[in-house]
Amino acid sequence: MGTRNFLWNFTKKFVTFGLITVTVSDRYVTVVPVRGGSMSPTFNPKTSPSTGTFSDDYVLVEKFCLNKYKFSHGDVVVFRSPLNHKETHIKRIVALPGEWFGNRQNNDVLKIPEGHCWVEGDNAASSMDSKSFGPVVLGLIRGRVTHVVWPPHRIGAVKSTPPEGLSSL
Amino acid sequence: MKFVNYIAQWRSAAKEALDHTAITLKFLCWLHVTNNYLCSPTHVYGPSMLPTLNLAGDVILAEHLSPRIGKVGHGDLVVVRSPLNPNRNLTKRIVGMEGDTVTFFDPLRGDATQTVVVPKGHVWIQGDNIYASHDSRHFGPIPYGLIQGKVFFRVWPLDVFGRVDQ
Repeated sequence: MGTRNFLWNFTKKFVTFGLITVTVSDRYVTVVPVRGGSMSPTFNPKTSPSTGTFSDDYVLVEKFCLNKYKFSHGDVVVFRSPLNHKETHIKRIVALPGEWFGNRQNNDVLKIPEGHCWVEGDNAASSMDSKSFGPVVLGLIRGRVTHVVWPPHRIGAVKSTPPEGLSSL
Repeated sequence: MKFVNYIAQWRSAAKEALDHTAITLKFLCWLHVTNNYLCSPTHVYGPSMLPTLNLAGDVILAEHLSPRIGKVGHGDLVVVRSPLNPNRNLTKRIVGMEGDTVTFFDPLRGDATQTVVVPKGHVWIQGDNIYASHDSRHFGPIPYGLIQGKVFFRVWPLDVFGRVDQ
């Protein structure tokens, strides 16, 4: 009887904990790993140039911005890939809905449609972003990156201003 | 002595309040999870889905499991986030999945039919009432990730209570 009671209590605690975790990570704040080098050097700066390996950064993602979908230039956002809904990408917003956006590479000027935004990776050389799949629907955005939380020596806020050399700014 | 009594009383009141808050919080969390992962009620209105859904407004249940595991297909009624305004939801019918060829015409823009191929990771959605629907014919195919849920049950009005046929 004692063990059963213990198991029951344990399950109850476990389920409650799970519910709270899921709710908080869905609605308020969550931590996700960054894979790949498309946002280098903001995330995953190369640890050793010879081997070319990336160490995964863990970043804090806040979801309060999803109440109004108000973003500003240079925000780093997490969004579901328009090509594959199972993948999520982390990129930087370069242009907001309704803006004229000039692409420095091929001198195209295009208008971002209503409800869309233009995203680009900080590492222009190896980044799968709006240059390949076009403007991204705002509804696909899952949150805004605010801090790097792991590894310890890289803890710090993420600046909203992109580093030098991004194609349009 | 009086002071000790007072403290004890206050303590029990605080404990009770804390317990109630915890229960409310748990309930809200549970509500969030069922709403986002199982099914949620939605109120839909407008002329775009006539005659399947009424003009005046229906309350329907949308389940969120099928979109998550990729089990939505032709003819399913889905709730999608509008590509033009992320704060709005639309209820439409899926007409084409990725790679399909869709032929459509817009009666408001003349009789010419157009044919498009739905790109990878996108779906083509259309309202049942082609004369009064703002859908993929205007804003093009939408990414699969915008699909919020699949409509499977109608709760209101009561005379059509029951499953929504696909």
